[in-house]
Amino acid sequence: MKNLPDAEVLFEQLAEKIKPLITSETALVGIHSGGAWLMERLLPLISPAGNGLANGILDVSFYRDDYSQRGLHTETRPSQIPFEVEGRHIILIDDVFYTGRTIRAAMNELFDYGRPASISLAVLVNRGGRELPIAPQISAYETTLTPDQNLQLLRQADGHFYLTLEENS
Amino acid sequence: MQNPQLTNDGKLKHLLSIEGLPKAIIKQILDTAESFVGVAEREVKKVPLLRGKTVCNLFFENSTRTRTTFEIAAKRLSADVITLNVSTSSQSKGETILDTIDNLTAMHADMFVVRHAQSGAAHMIAKHVAPHIHVINAGDGRHAHPTQGLLDAFTIRRYKPEMHNLRVAIVGDILHSRVARSEIHALTSLGVPEVRVIAPKTLLPENVEKLGVHVFHDMREGLKDVDVVMMLRLQNERMAGAMLPSSQEYFKTYGLTPEKLALAKPDAIVMHPGPMNRGVEIDSAVADGKQSVILPQVTYGIAVRMAVMSILAGNS
Repeated sequence: MKNLPDAEVLFEQLAEKIKPLITSETALVGIHSGGAWLMERLLPLISPAGNGLANGILDVSFYRDDYSQRGLHTETRPSQIPFEVEGRHIILIDDVFYTGRTIRAAMNELFDYGRPASISLAVLVNRGGRELPIAPQISAYETTLTPDQNLQLLRQADGHFYLTLEENS
Repeated sequence: MQNPQLTNDGKLKHLLSIEGLPKAIIKQILDTAESFVGVAEREVKKVPLLRGKTVCNLFFENSTRTRTTFEIAAKRLSADVITLNVSTSSQSKGETILDTIDNLTAMHADMFVVRHAQSGAAHMIAKHVAPHIHVINAGDGRHAHPTQGLLDAFTIRRYKPEMHNLRVAIVGDILHSRVARSEIHALTSLGVPEVRVIAPKTLLPENVEKLGVHVFHDMREGLKDVDVVMMLRLQNERMAGAMLPSSQEYFKTYGLTPEKLALAKPDAIVMHPGPMNRGVEIDSAVADGKQSVILPQVTYGIAVRMAVMSILAGNS
């Protein structure tokens, strides 16, 4: 991937793809931190005027499967799910989809709040490399990266998004 | 000498005292506890972090609240929990503490929560156990009670987030109180600029000023304009001989009444680590009043203990 796509263009596309899925039963849940940033900016774009969409933020630190190897993340944030999960159609939002392990953790956490009617996944970039039978329904961009490449969504002070790609040797 | 509480790369391995704990770790514990507060408000009040681990609560000295909150904390982390009141079991048959520990280790305990009347008991156990085992001090003699100090700091931070701006008074039996020592270390480490202790001379340790506190003997002076009043229990069971005239006399001078509380800032909060002696160190009107955060302290104690356990168990 020589030229990184423009994260702002991808964001517009993501919003267009999510819009048709929104009903009154939908809730958007952003995964901390990139997914939460995306959700914050998605809300005013896709929720019908004056009708705030149910939304929340998950920090999956307490559900990660690498806890016994890597310990607890040093910076956890409280998860905030201020709506009734029971019977809700939830769209999980994340920045980069890779192994699927974060999404597994997020789903486990959601079920501790209640039993949703459905969960779907929308991501900015699907970078390939999943290790679980989990895949996004919606992605604005798909590519294939190697395990030593690290693609990250970052946010400027003015709220604009950009992508960075690091090679870990 | 290496800090016995930390791993070689500076992570928390045991929690023995707040003294000597880096500020970053204290903050990490409080921040993590913030995330655990919400867990208790969910449909399923459990997270899977300590699944498959066995936590052993070893209480060589009685304590209902501390024992119960440690037990609930471990269960909410999905650990298996065993609670032993050792004073009533093998110790009375002559087994040494370390033999008790070795036997529980042979049963694959992963973490010990230890309360003991002897200062230094938790340190001794931490030195003795295998490298994969973690030890939490749940109160040792007059020395330390770090999770109480942390939960008090957490409670203060929740109600008064501007810690750099606070005046905190700790009132009562400082001499016998491991809670007071842990509180003082936690608060000064978190940048509280003024910690006062208010007590009669007979209930203050020598050189208490060296801990960085301001000493008052008169409650009316000491409570003036404070943001937080932390009452301590009069520890009758640790009181050798007659250091005080009588509990009625004590209440008159050092008991927190609505009238004395009025000297503090109008929005001051009142704390007590429990168990309370109503009518000795605190008036019921204050304990049950709207400035009291004594019950939230108990609730937050669970979140703080969950944070400590999950940080420790992850650092192997």
